[in-house]
Amino acid sequence: MRSLTSSPNYLTLTNIPPVVVFTAGLLCLGLMSLSIGAISISPLQLLTGNLTELHSTVLTQIRMPRVLLGGIVGAGLAVSGAVMQGLFRNPLADPGLIGVASGAALSVACVIVLFGTLPGVFGLYGLSFAAFGGGILTSIIIFKIAASSGSFSVTYLLLAGIAINSLSGAATGFLTYLSDDQQLRSFTFWTMGSLGGALWPAVFVSSSVIIPTIFILMKNARNINVLMLGEEEAHNLGIDTKKLKRVIIICSAITVGAAVAVSGMIGFIGLLVPHLIRLLISSDNRLVIPLSALLGAALLIFADTLARTLVSPAEMPVGILTSIIGGPFFLWLLMRQFSHRFGL
Amino acid sequence: MKFIYLALAMTTFTQSAFAETVKRVLSIGGANTEIIYALDAEELLVGNDTTSTYPEAANALPKVGYMRALSAEGVLSLSPDLIILTEEAGPPSVIAQLKQANANLLLLKASRSIADIQANIKAIGVALDREQQANDLLKRISSDNDKLLSAISNQKSPKKLLFVLQHGGGAPMVAGGNTAADSIIKIAGGENAVSGYDGYKTLTPEAAVKLQPDFFLVTNRGLAQVGGIEKFKDIPGINLTEAGRNGKVISMDALYLLGFGPRTVEAALKLAKLQESSE
Repeated sequence: MRSLTSSPNYLTLTNIPPVVVFTAGLLCLGLMSLSIGAISISPLQLLTGNLTELHSTVLTQIRMPRVLLGGIVGAGLAVSGAVMQGLFRNPLADPGLIGVASGAALSVACVIVLFGTLPGVFGLYGLSFAAFGGGILTSIIIFKIAASSGSFSVTYLLLAGIAINSLSGAATGFLTYLSDDQQLRSFTFWTMGSLGGALWPAVFVSSSVIIPTIFILMKNARNINVLMLGEEEAHNLGIDTKKLKRVIIICSAITVGAAVAVSGMIGFIGLLVPHLIRLLISSDNRLVIPLSALLGAALLIFADTLARTLVSPAEMPVGILTSIIGGPFFLWLLMRQFSHRFGL
Repeated sequence: MKFIYLALAMTTFTQSAFAETVKRVLSIGGANTEIIYALDAEELLVGNDTTSTYPEAANALPKVGYMRALSAEGVLSLSPDLIILTEEAGPPSVIAQLKQANANLLLLKASRSIADIQANIKAIGVALDREQQANDLLKRISSDNDKLLSAISNQKSPKKLLFVLQHGGGAPMVAGGNTAADSIIKIAGGENAVSGYDGYKTLTPEAAVKLQPDFFLVTNRGLAQVGGIEKFKDIPGINLTEAGRNGKVISMDALYLLGFGPRTVEAALKLAKLQESSE
């Protein structure tokens, strides 16, 4: 982690604060994403408001909630990835470690395989409730097991997380075995993530959960910086580490739970985005958290724009695209790091 | 009373408006697409989904993806004035988005019986103003159905059929209750060799011996994947059954056999005849 900070800070070479650059970039991207789609609406039309009825329905009922939801989910996933890496002091940590994703997947598989299609409101939001409930329940179980060790150490948390994740993975596997072709297909699509079903209520609910937790985590950023030096050190510097860890875990669990509930499983953002920020800007969490939120939002909006335009009029699961875009880019950055360090 | 008149007036109004204005139809679901072609209404069709693979011409149209993973904007971008879909189409939130965008939806039941198919043909005929063609098709189906019923009544005893689904190189799966295969076997006057569970399960060699079907029912593609009928007979378990040793295997096209569209009664009739003739 420390070696990464010694990299040149490309964006800080200019005098403009990175937050401003990132916010401007996100706004431009959001506007572009609003104008691109299966039904094309030019940015000029968008700004002048010169729209046909179909255009304005598509814009207000389908595209706008979708872009906003992409931004909120992307921000939430990236921030919880950032604080997880801080908490576990491990660059490979991601929100999956506290079991939210695997618990959500298990509970969604239960609903799809055991209950089939639900009527009315349950059909519309059933999977969201199941995903959120299952995700939170699983992380509570992991949390309780880790807490029962007395010291509430990060090691116990990690081990309990791995054990519970593999248990719920096995249960999901069993349900997959029980499922028929169509249930299996529905479930597989869910695990690849999609923002396709973005309705306004989903946007309001998820943003009222995710935005406050991001601010809570931002307020704790300085303490997370100290925690990254080591638990002992943080304790000696007068930080209530137990409480800090609890705040981090609860906030990330709720954020990821809400994200998974509205969009299924979207991988790689939680791992990739905080690293990019640390490589490019700084590893000070006071910057990493807000910038991760902005970059995570931008990356997911970008990936989702591709997801809904590449194979139009059909669409691709966005989870595939976040990995396709993110993976090679991340590798390229890492290799640049290596070449700086080892002169390769 | 006033309400009823109003409601009546409104339904007649909307129905006539419906039939006159429909010019761009999007069909979601293989059976719906087949019906539209059978009613000679294909010139209205602007797109369909990935489950619409018959007739061949349907593959040349724009595809809006898999019927359970639709995208609202993709669907609307074809600017259809009527979207025909079954209750299986989804996800539910996309259907909600389409309703919010005031799309004209014709929501049909996913067919599992001949009565369902007939009801859907009638509904699509009305919506597309092809009532004459729909009546002709329904007549043909009911005459096939008469033939089917008489063929079934001539059967000595119902035959036990086992539907085997081959997924690549893995163990074969067999159809239990509440599957399309189970329904078509019963419609064709047969008996599903499997009873006691719903959905598909892996076939273990012992189970095959215990079930002792009179016939194996397979899809053409499944049979081709195993490498033909000789290889099929050698599958562990199947080689231990009388039907397997004697090569009593009925192979049919998957969509024809399991599609529950306008060709289903014909397929059931063919299946009923194949059971008798190869005795």
